[in-house]
Amino acid sequence: MSSLVLATSAGNVVVWIVWVVAGFSCLASGIAVISFSNPFYSALALIGNLVSLAVLYLLLSAEFVAAAQVLVYAGAVVVMFLFVIAYVGPQREEAWSGGPSWKTLGAVLAAGALLIEIVVAISLAAGGSLGHDSTVGPAFGSPAYIGRIFLTDHLLAFEITSIVLLIAAVGGVILGAHAKRVEPKRVES
Amino acid sequence: MSGPGTSWYLALAAFLFGLGALGVLIRRNPLIVLLSLELMLNGGNLALIAFSRHFVNGSGQIFGLAVMAVAASEVCVGLGLVVAINRKKLALDVDRLSELRG
Repeated sequence: MSSLVLATSAGNVVVWIVWVVAGFSCLASGIAVISFSNPFYSALALIGNLVSLAVLYLLLSAEFVAAAQVLVYAGAVVVMFLFVIAYVGPQREEAWSGGPSWKTLGAVLAAGALLIEIVVAISLAAGGSLGHDSTVGPAFGSPAYIGRIFLTDHLLAFEITSIVLLIAAVGGVILGAHAKRVEPKRVES
Repeated sequence: MSGPGTSWYLALAAFLFGLGALGVLIRRNPLIVLLSLELMLNGGNLALIAFSRHFVNGSGQIFGLAVMAVAASEVCVGLGLVVAINRKKLALDVDRLSELRG
């Protein structure tokens, strides 16, 4: 019995360590994303953020979402970002003009107010009820489980998601390809 | 199965969302604004999946996947806009692109 308790607490400690490492790297790479001046490095830092978020999803027993996160984001979205950054070429923001500008101060204040508002809203709405821990079976979050509820309970959401993706792809192609060539006007003679 | 409770995940999600909002507000390069928007969407996604685990209800994970699809769509349209702006030889600066007059 005592060995069981010891094993459980050891597993608990391992889960905490993994959570702290993943959460720290998540926040650190997030700070790196918004602070690099070169968008290329920001996109690379976003990969670290996505991978550490996938680790957190695994801790929350959402295996399919973690796999989809790595595939969709790190495999498709970031690669598309890198292509566009390479296409656009090096872009430098204007140098820091020195001193705290009122725009930056306002932005920091607005983001801090947003953060405080979220924390207060969550803790007021669900303050005491988030403490207890619920147990889930091994099937929760597996691809079979997700696929079953996707095609039974959430079929309409599934179809609408596919339509949204199709419309966005068409819109992206139209926006990217529809560059009006400045052709010289034909002079009627 | 124990470890950090749902509130820890929610705090991390709130910080991630605030960080993304800060990036959207202070950066002027539209590419980095889009990347910061991804941070905000990921913060929302983390909260959705934490609640899904808390209430043992798979609908949160379905919603998280839908948010991922919406993020991919947003990146598709946003990068199309960036390419179109770049073809018109305009500066990639959201402060200067404040007039949508074509």
